[in-house]
Amino acid sequence: MNSHNDELIKKLDLISVKIRKHIIEMLYKAKSGHPGGSLSAVDAIVTLYFHHMRHNAKKPDDPDRDRFILSKGHAAPTLYAILAECGYFDVKELNGLREINRMLQGHPVCQHIPGIEASTGSLGHGLSFANGVALAGKLDKKDYNVYVMLGDGETDEGQIWEAASAASHYKLDNLTALLDRNFLQIDGNTEDVLRLESVRERWSSFGWKVIEIDGHDIKQIIESLHEADEGKNQPTMIILNTVKGKGISFMENNVDFHGVPPNELEYKLAMRELNALQGKLEGF
Amino acid sequence: MSKVMENPRNAYGETLVELGKKYSNLVVLDADLSKSTKTVIFAKKYPDRFFEMGIAEANMMSTAAGLASCGKISFASTFAVFATGRVYDQIRMDIAYSNANVKIFATHGGISVGKDGASHQMIEDIALMRVLPNMMVFAPSDATQTRRLVERMATKYGPMYARVGRASAPLIYKKDDLKDIEIGRGIITEDGYDVSIIACGTMVDYALDARKLLSKESIKARVIDMHTIKPIDKKLVLKCAKETNAIITAEEHSVIGGLGSAVSEILAEEGCPCKFRRMGIQDIFCESGEPKDLFAKYGLNANHIAKTVKELIK
Ligand SMILES: Cc1ncc(C[n+]2csc(CCOP(=O)(O)OP(=O)(O)O)c2C)c(N)n1
Ligand SMILES: [Mg+2]
Repeated sequence: MNSHNDELIKKLDLISVKIRKHIIEMLYKAKSGHPGGSLSAVDAIVTLYFHHMRHNAKKPDDPDRDRFILSKGHAAPTLYAILAECGYFDVKELNGLREINRMLQGHPVCQHIPGIEASTGSLGHGLSFANGVALAGKLDKKDYNVYVMLGDGETDEGQIWEAASAASHYKLDNLTALLDRNFLQIDGNTEDVLRLESVRERWSSFGWKVIEIDGHDIKQIIESLHEADEGKNQPTMIILNTVKGKGISFMENNVDFHGVPPNELEYKLAMRELNALQGKLEGF
Repeated sequence: MSKVMENPRNAYGETLVELGKKYSNLVVLDADLSKSTKTVIFAKKYPDRFFEMGIAEANMMSTAAGLASCGKISFASTFAVFATGRVYDQIRMDIAYSNANVKIFATHGGISVGKDGASHQMIEDIALMRVLPNMMVFAPSDATQTRRLVERMATKYGPMYARVGRASAPLIYKKDDLKDIEIGRGIITEDGYDVSIIACGTMVDYALDARKLLSKESIKARVIDMHTIKPIDKKLVLKCAKETNAIITAEEHSVIGGLGSAVSEILAEEGCPCKFRRMGIQDIFCESGEPKDLFAKYGLNANHIAKTVKELIK
């Protein structure tokens, strides 16, 4: 890649660190929430909002905007932090996450939060919703794209596979799903809870174009999104190989940090690690 | 005096283990929430009779019914929001219509779920389950009552739904109390003759606190712990109407379709024999927040009950 792209990747990597810092701050302050799956989802959603998607925080209802739907709604802190940094609402709102009389609910609500496309939190709905948005795009002859992120455990749900059939039946090439393949859900490893492999073969047998990448490598994310947009007559699934808790050593691959926020010591350690990473990225 | 707390979820998990020892045909299913619903306690003890179904609640409910059709006592658990609305047709066809011996035990019911927000605060489950023929519906008020009711659920045949909250709850009954608890028989937890507060689940403790507040103003409230919402204890409701002349229902649930509706149906058909008010969530979705702040904002704590009593009987 040329130096222009190196700059871009560095910029997005830095934004990702900033978002991770927001997430840790928010969850520490809220004393509840889901660190693991919020952290694994950061790099892909950052790349969508800060590079790939056509959207404008000043016009959240623009009918031509690209759409992003967070089907795994428990990663709300990631989306909130990104929307705030994009200017959809004041960054100060982030410190009221999960508090009474404040805007940012534990799970995304489209009614009350600018930039949120779908109310999620009950797993398994988002892909069907995204299908609806993609079908509307075809009906209205719009050229917007629809992106939806799924958890890997989430794909236990039967509704996901109903939606997978429908998306390929209707040839929704304006739809891209991103699978946060971190191999963990709540009760343990996805393969112990309810086997998902072979994920790649499953989705391709449902008629999807499948791309598999390192979900924390910005360059690969950028390239796969372009490739997905170019797909014709079928939806694309990007399998993001990720690490649950990514960026915080003691949270990485640790199932205990699915739904437990950092305590004071963990908060300090986490911020120290993220600050060090930020310094390193800024330095080079 | 500070209250002794115990989590009804733990009581559920522990009771499952005791029952599992007694009944070799008892099986347990969960949908990726076994650490939260506490079925994990059973899973560790009886791994062969525990089925981890993943995040696939619809599949879990119909599977539980299939197991029951072969003589198993099936307990299926997840959060209340996923245990009812998400899987309504599976429950309706395979469990209620088929009169299957499936026990749905849901945790994280009501607004005391707190910070996860309205998406996870199930306030319609009692209504949804109550309208199903054959289905019995319970909302135990503390850990002791949870133990006793889970025992009854295992030994009495038929489809049943029980819900408890997420949080630890003050113990209302001592560990060995309620040996004679019966499905469909409400409990007069404290007596009084000026008003009856008929409550279920978490609201029983708030009702007891309200009773204390009221007694300072010489109002004597009767508190009924209506752990079984269906079949509802009609005799007790009518007795309260006659003896106290005023009834308030209190539930951590929508005022539509739950305990308040069940009681009002009885009263209306008897010609409205007493003054009556329903307390609960007033047909709205709530929000994220600390449980105690939510109970205060949405009109469901002891002060609200006391105030409502005074307005009703003045
Ligand atoms: C329908 C439904 N069932 C159960 C839950 C509870 N729940 C929240 S997160 C989660 C695990 C999700 O695992 P995964 O999709 O792999 O997410 P990630 O690892 O990215 O956090 C579960 C079971 C839910 N939110 N919705
Ligand atoms: Mg996962």
